[in-house]
Amino acid sequence: MAKTLYDKLWENHVVRQEEDGTALIYIDRHLVHEVTSPQAFEGLKMAGRKAWRIDSVVATADHNTPTDGWEKAEGTACIDDEISRLQVDTLDANIRANGALAYFPFKDLRQGIVHVVGPEQGATLPGMTVVCGDSHTSTHGAFAALAFGIGTSEVEHVLATQTLVSKKSKSMLIRVEGSLGKGVGAKDIVLAIIGKIGTAGGTGYAIEFAGSAIRGLSMEGRMTICNMAIEAGARAGMVAADDTTIDYVQGRTFAPKGSDWDKAVAYWRTLHTDEGARFDKVVELDARTIQPQVTWGTSPEMVIGINDQIPDPAKEQDPVKREGMERALAYMGLNPNTPIAGVPIDKIFIGSCTNSRIEDLRQAAAIVRGRSVAANVMLALVVPGSGLVKRQAEEEGLDKIFKAAGFEWREPGCSMCLGMNADRLSPGERCASTSNRNFEGRQGPMGRTHLVSPIMAAAAAIAGRFVDVREVL
Amino acid sequence: MDKFVVLDGLVAPLDRANVDTDAIIPKQFLKSINRSGFGPFAFDEWRYMDVGQPGQDCTNRPLNSQFSLNQPQFKGASVLLTRQNFGCGSSREHAPWALLDYGFRAIIAESFADIFFNNCFKNGILPIVLPTPVVDRLFAETLATPGYRLVVDLPNQVVRTPTGDAIPFEVDAFRKECLINGWDDIGLTLRHADAIHVYEDRRRHEQPWLFAK
Repeated sequence: MAKTLYDKLWENHVVRQEEDGTALIYIDRHLVHEVTSPQAFEGLKMAGRKAWRIDSVVATADHNTPTDGWEKAEGTACIDDEISRLQVDTLDANIRANGALAYFPFKDLRQGIVHVVGPEQGATLPGMTVVCGDSHTSTHGAFAALAFGIGTSEVEHVLATQTLVSKKSKSMLIRVEGSLGKGVGAKDIVLAIIGKIGTAGGTGYAIEFAGSAIRGLSMEGRMTICNMAIEAGARAGMVAADDTTIDYVQGRTFAPKGSDWDKAVAYWRTLHTDEGARFDKVVELDARTIQPQVTWGTSPEMVIGINDQIPDPAKEQDPVKREGMERALAYMGLNPNTPIAGVPIDKIFIGSCTNSRIEDLRQAAAIVRGRSVAANVMLALVVPGSGLVKRQAEEEGLDKIFKAAGFEWREPGCSMCLGMNADRLSPGERCASTSNRNFEGRQGPMGRTHLVSPIMAAAAAIAGRFVDVREVL
Repeated sequence: MDKFVVLDGLVAPLDRANVDTDAIIPKQFLKSINRSGFGPFAFDEWRYMDVGQPGQDCTNRPLNSQFSLNQPQFKGASVLLTRQNFGCGSSREHAPWALLDYGFRAIIAESFADIFFNNCFKNGILPIVLPTPVVDRLFAETLATPGYRLVVDLPNQVVRTPTGDAIPFEVDAFRKECLINGWDDIGLTLRHADAIHVYEDRRRHEQPWLFAK
């Protein structure tokens, strides 16, 4: 029978299955960071259990780590916030006690956002199940892997048993056909998808992204798309393996070598949906109609094209939705039926597991080159996703372009995506951000977040307000 | 994990859709390396007029009187009534930890986000999905009836209203059994250790690159 990519990945990992469909599925790769793991390691220890296969673990610190002032003191002593420091030190102690396939501690050249580090190291491979105590684990689905976020109890469960108790999700195909317009990229595609299906549209589904517009994306672009599958409600997003996938993986530290490589590639070539396979739901988008996107509200589904007007709650029939829109507009300090273009910005954030890879930085730098950050912008941050991304960017001179324009060039980490570290918004501040969530308070209490692509953020930094990036290309 | 069998609890309404886990427990509290003590900070940004910090004593913080859970008639509630897509966003299990520590054992909503839904079961919280018209009715009754309580009967899979109606709900057989018995998932899975070893050995042979060190 014709199978979907998801069918293949799922079936290949079922250890055993109960009559009601509950299955025990095997986990190949376990990514670990400092925020969601301490209670899991503690639980393991309290129960007197040992990790089942510790060499499935790749660990790094990212959420709490500061993005500047590294030179102030040795090791984690430069983390000013005591509680943050304790969490980073606790990860360190847990990995030292339990081991790992690879651990990239704070300040290691290879340290960075776990969802940037995994693929960069070749620790994320096609056909794998990949989990992490982090919802943006969906990122790794870009490699034709089954990748999803879990809670801390499940982190402990994977540590102890190398498996998870799970039920197969329904399957959704999102097909994006056609060529993208100039200035439109992966971030705009995924925001447009979320705008179309809503933040609960993918709940209960595993999404496969397909179509010529997806196949035409680089691995960085595919990661951006899969990263935000969770923002559409789906725990897992995925893209079929092809030459782009295989070329990206080849030669990376943990990628197969020698005869294993050939054997692996032969298997990876089967990781696509068969002709005629059935999905529970199919959604189609025409890439040619997608405009550069900007969110206007406090949920990623509250998104419009840069040349659109901010919507009017009075026109919404559903009372719960209407109230949500009214609350969002009040929180964001915006008026309905006014253009989003021209709204002034206080801060710019280019970074996060969505958009901090080398391609993102190259594209943003191309907009910034020879220009300056507008006077009304108080802070414009560029935070590379990993130490290796940072080094690569510096070798290409991107840091100089950003710094010359008035951007701050920082050390890698999650930074202002969620403000667990020192980078955050103050109440009322408005930010053009390449991150993934515009929830109330996400980037700092009462902060106002607008999600955009890296080039839209760069253009906003130069203009000091939202502009159509196509005007400055 | 505490068992969940039958809960007779006061209901508190939270009439918003898409309540995300950042709202349930803001990021500054995620720095804790413990599982407990999150209750006073549940819904911190909506509940208080100031910004909370980890470890802070919350007894004298200024409350937001507009926030439904701060209204005196909902003090001591153990059933949370809310709308669509509750618990969306971050996978942080600190969200169910905070709700549990606050006192909630059951959450009734039109729908839940997947990861949050899963995390609830790991912590002895029962998330219940009911159709919109039923949720509408429960909101109306909760707001109209001081001291409104519901009986959540897990073995029989019904929510009983004060007027004696029994509203049926769905729950996975496996999850139901775990909740009723307060079972530890890991212990259950380790009963199948042999099956895991067999699977692992086969894959080690077929796809050795997955086990490279």
